[in-house]
Amino acid sequence: MAADKRDVIIEVRGLKNQFGKQVVHENLDLDVYRGEVIGIVGGSGTGKSVLLRSIVGLNTPAAGDVTVFGQRIGDLSADDRQLLEQRWGVLFQQGALFSGLTVAQNIQVPMREHLRLPEALMDEIAAVKIGLVGLGPEAGPKFPSELSGGMIKRAGLARALALDPEIVFLDEPTAGLDPIGAAAFDQLILQLKETLGLTVFMVTHDLDSLHAICDRIAVLAEKRVLVTGTMDDMLKQDHPWIREYFHGPRARAATSAWEGERGKAKVAD
Amino acid sequence: MNRAAPPANERPAPGAATLENGVLAMTGDWDIRHALKLDRQLAALKFPGGQVTFDMSGIGRFDTTGAWLVERTRDAIAGQGGSVALQGGTEGQLSLLEAVHKAEPKPDAHTVRPPSPLIVMLDRAGSAILRLKDGARDAVGFMGLVIYTFGRTALKPARLRFTSLVHHMEETGLNAVPIVMLMSFLIGAVLAYQGSEQLQRFGAQIFTVDLIGISFLREIGILLTAILVAGRSGSAFTAQIGSMKMREEIDAMRTLGLDPVEMLIVPRILALVITLPLLGFLSGLAGLIGGGVVAVSALDISPIMYVERLQQVVEPRHFWVGIVKAPVFAFLIGAIGCFEGLRVSGSAESVGQRTTQSVVEGIFVVIIADAFFSILFVNLGW
Repeated sequence: MAADKRDVIIEVRGLKNQFGKQVVHENLDLDVYRGEVIGIVGGSGTGKSVLLRSIVGLNTPAAGDVTVFGQRIGDLSADDRQLLEQRWGVLFQQGALFSGLTVAQNIQVPMREHLRLPEALMDEIAAVKIGLVGLGPEAGPKFPSELSGGMIKRAGLARALALDPEIVFLDEPTAGLDPIGAAAFDQLILQLKETLGLTVFMVTHDLDSLHAICDRIAVLAEKRVLVTGTMDDMLKQDHPWIREYFHGPRARAATSAWEGERGKAKVAD
Repeated sequence: MNRAAPPANERPAPGAATLENGVLAMTGDWDIRHALKLDRQLAALKFPGGQVTFDMSGIGRFDTTGAWLVERTRDAIAGQGGSVALQGGTEGQLSLLEAVHKAEPKPDAHTVRPPSPLIVMLDRAGSAILRLKDGARDAVGFMGLVIYTFGRTALKPARLRFTSLVHHMEETGLNAVPIVMLMSFLIGAVLAYQGSEQLQRFGAQIFTVDLIGISFLREIGILLTAILVAGRSGSAFTAQIGSMKMREEIDAMRTLGLDPVEMLIVPRILALVITLPLLGFLSGLAGLIGGGVVAVSALDISPIMYVERLQQVVEPRHFWVGIVKAPVFAFLIGAIGCFEGLRVSGSAESVGQRTTQSVVEGIFVVIIADAFFSILFVNLGW
């Protein structure tokens, strides 16, 4: 595991993002290693989603470099860019499913666009992906407007996984889910990471998710990544915002629950 | 990491499956990029009965699609009464295979056979008729609701959303002035030109003025304006209200004790009822000017003669016959636009469909109403 950890899959250097006069990021550096789950936290308006959008190229930064799989996003030709995009999947905050297509068709969109596959095989693959994200087979022919919030997230994840990407970007995957649904979604991501060997870049506010599945946490504040490290590192930080975030009343509850789990696991060992 | 996949920059090796002595040797990358070939190769293989060994040791990259192909083949062999032994798979590959096995759709999900085309056709025709019935019932209900709300607003004028009304008057009225006047000017010019061509043969070129004056004020000006407004504002109403409906804003209003008909629909329809006659007036004016420009420049009619002739033949009743229709058309267009907006459901596609529907229905209803008015006015002798 340790050797793999050094394999940098996303490298952000000196990123600057600006909207009008408002500077969102300045001199932002971040490394993401292959096979890890990294959680991005930060207060509202610190540009967590903007960082995600900059990495996947939806947002052109004012300055700085974003390198994914060793290729600089800004320098790619349209064709190379398309090849690169097939190697990652994005789950948007609201799912962003195409509302005119069924769930199964949504999953097949990238396959139809980029690959040539027999129709029957595509149907089977879509059905497998639907099962893989924990939806029942009845979800396939449904339209997004007929799905609940949790199902939309799962269907969105299934679409993000359509081409078996190496990285998935998740924008607040558990926001708006009930605690049981959120915990199940965490487990799902963890399981997919284990079986598919995914690298997961996750913007989240969910302290339980951070505890449960993130290998590392990156804190966005003061227009840059203030610190990165494990949950234990975060708990030791002195920065006032980080203290507030990880030691606030809600954080304490999540931490103690998590420590209880860890304690139990140790006893079991 | 337990993933067998090589780093991405390694050259991909095409996946292949070969069967020899009951051993299926799997080599290369078994992933979605090679699925087409693998699918064909696997379909061409004839498995003997009894035990088949899957040798997975040669597999490079392995993803869910590859795992599905393995799983499917295993199922097919099991279905023929054979059995499968896996050999040489890494821990990661086996756990992926296990995950896909769990996610595999149950057989009954496959066996839903599509009904015959005849049934599908009958089904579609039937549900279209039912939808028509529901649509008509909803439309009548909606009209009643709108008229009721208008009446209530008339009794309590303080409930009228004045700011919203003025905003929509600007949007649908003032901002439409240039396009309405330009179109009317051009149509007036074309009409004068074409009309004079025909009338010239009878030496009755001066009647071109009658043609433009009467037809524009009675019919064309208002009809043209109504069609433009249906395309411009009726569609906008549908899209605005439709996207609000889609994002549950209408429901939010109801829970806050606000009446969406009063807040959204009355100001829009009233704005059209006020501005459409004004636009119709401007349209008539522009049409007369357009006709006049052609009459003066291309025909031998002096400006003074044109104006004098207009004053002689165009009586005020022609103007009133035209303008009185405008508020009715405005109400129909506005009501249809808002009604279609409220019928939007769920998808973005539905907003598009409803908007198209709103424009088509709006124009259709305006022309029907115009025909009724014609009959009415002829019978009244106006």
